[in-house]
Amino acid sequence: MTVRCAIIGSGNIGTDLMIKLSRSEALELVALVGIDAASDGLARARALGIEAPHSGIDWFREHAAEIDLVFDATSAYVHVRNAPVLAGLGIAAIDLTPAARGPKVVPAVNLGEHLDAPNVNMITCGGQATVPIVAAVSRATTTPYAEMVSTVASRSAGPGTRQNIDEFTRTTARALEEIGGATIGKAIIVLNPADPPILMRNTVFCALPEGSDHDAVLASVEQMVADVARYVPGYRLKNRPVIEEGPFGTPGGLVPHRVVVLLEVAGAGDYLPTYAGNLDIMTAAAVRVGEAKAGHLAGVAA
Amino acid sequence: MTAPFRLTDSTLRDGSHAVAHQYTLDQVTGIVAGLDAAGVPVIEVSHGDGLGGSSFNYGFSGTDEMKLISAAVATAKQARIACLLLPGIGTAEDLKAISEVGVSVARVATHCTEADIAEQHIGMAKRLGMEAVGFLMMSHMLAPEELLAQARLMQDFGADIVYCVDSAGALTVPQARERITALVEGLDIAVGMHAHENLSLSVAISLAALEAGATHIDGCTAGAGAGAGNCPTETLVTVCQKMGIDTGIEPLALMDVAEEIVRPALRRPQIVDRAALTLGLAGVYGSFMLHSERAAERYGVSQAEILLELGRRKAVGGQEDMIIDVALELAARKAGQQEAGQQAAGQQEAGQQAVGADR
Repeated sequence: MTVRCAIIGSGNIGTDLMIKLSRSEALELVALVGIDAASDGLARARALGIEAPHSGIDWFREHAAEIDLVFDATSAYVHVRNAPVLAGLGIAAIDLTPAARGPKVVPAVNLGEHLDAPNVNMITCGGQATVPIVAAVSRATTTPYAEMVSTVASRSAGPGTRQNIDEFTRTTARALEEIGGATIGKAIIVLNPADPPILMRNTVFCALPEGSDHDAVLASVEQMVADVARYVPGYRLKNRPVIEEGPFGTPGGLVPHRVVVLLEVAGAGDYLPTYAGNLDIMTAAAVRVGEAKAGHLAGVAA
Repeated sequence: MTAPFRLTDSTLRDGSHAVAHQYTLDQVTGIVAGLDAAGVPVIEVSHGDGLGGSSFNYGFSGTDEMKLISAAVATAKQARIACLLLPGIGTAEDLKAISEVGVSVARVATHCTEADIAEQHIGMAKRLGMEAVGFLMMSHMLAPEELLAQARLMQDFGADIVYCVDSAGALTVPQARERITALVEGLDIAVGMHAHENLSLSVAISLAALEAGATHIDGCTAGAGAGAGNCPTETLVTVCQKMGIDTGIEPLALMDVAEEIVRPALRRPQIVDRAALTLGLAGVYGSFMLHSERAAERYGVSQAEILLELGRRKAVGGQEDMIIDVALELAARKAGQQEAGQQAAGQQEAGQQAVGADR
């Protein structure tokens, strides 16, 4: 069966997601729903022959019977308002904002865990890039403290991201703990205005307690990078992961070493150019979750 | 004669880069007591990279910053205590926490082109009844008119003051003057200058800023700070006295604080050495200095080369992680060059050896 879906939010993320969903076989994109009739995203939807209303969440009240799944690409504040409306209408939601209403999902780590949840959260772009690495370290040793630093090109950070910067750091830090397995997580985001724009960069630091098997940590990280790259083709190590000697007085206690993982994400160039890997990793991961939900629904129906 | 400008001493914030964020409770209370008695009106306290800056990326605080901030508030009799916050590192929750312990000035810092990420935090500071200061870092990277456009955003968000911040110590005196002039002429709110010493110009720039209409100036006692340090508070106040500018601050008392408490706490003299001058030359964020020194040592590459490369890549404040990245690339290049002519061993193998050596 085909799962009928719609996107709400016609900004950078929603528009990039539209282009990816229009290539999906398991997911049928019915509409890109915005609030500004003049937005570039809605114009592109119309050009692709996809319905492009601008009545926002109200559109779903009138079309609830035609939609199985909605991707929310608005902003954290807006999703907080949208979530109960969608739940009331019985439409499942994949939340691409840092609102974090439902359980957090990172495809390479816990794709199968929340397929029945009515609302799942995609964390943040930086979370999608770095949580898998922390999870990879945590399966090789214990991680008392993990930290990520995400640097994105200014031009790829839209108004939603800019007004919600605290939600980014908060939601990402919690995900490093809940999904990454770190006892304490910290997230930092930096915007870089360089022109030409830089590719999205992410650095993960994990505290390595006494007795950690460094080779196992490095091998686990490299395996995880390959796993993520299967659904985000531009995801790669910027440099080899390194173990640095401390000691480091982290909030999770004093540790003798840390592992530093330097990552880069090149976008597929679907909507914004390739520097906007932050958009790509978010939308590619959301499509992966949507397809898994579709497969699950098909299995349930069969 | 009233003081024509208000001085903010940042020894316990920007100056903490010089002690790798390891100030003790005793040092903080001693410095605050001394500055307060000398008549300094505003004293800034927090991790060098602002609230929440304690991290792998920027260095962990030796003592929890909230303990240091609370002690500063309790010690100051007349001075107001300020904290710095960089959106993306600290959050509005941190502002609530400092407001509760009695901090009354919130300084919200962004890279000079990214003022719009400060809206949440400037708004929160105002709602909490604090004075809100907009802090435009790396101001040398923007032309005066563009800097003004960003400063106007901060004014619109509710800032009471906007600073031109020369984080790389890369501005010359005329360049600083034209930026301050643009801000003073184009804004309805007060303008401040935060200068660094990498080109030996911090006092001269502060004086030029005053002439151009700035009414807020930052300094650090003993010039403590990232790179060659900040504008030395006691020097600025002494020069002002000689020029007949009344600061309301006692220069001799400041010299005592500098000599007896701050300078002994510093881990190195605040001088314009090769690394600091390279920062000023390349326009690189001052706090990269100690981090690049450690990375250069760890990976056996040149610190100056790391800094120059960071300048070429237009790294902005907060991107300390990029130092490791650049050091690894320089190390790989060096290893590649050494091996060329011997066996055709690839870069990857050389890299693996370096990892092994590191453990």
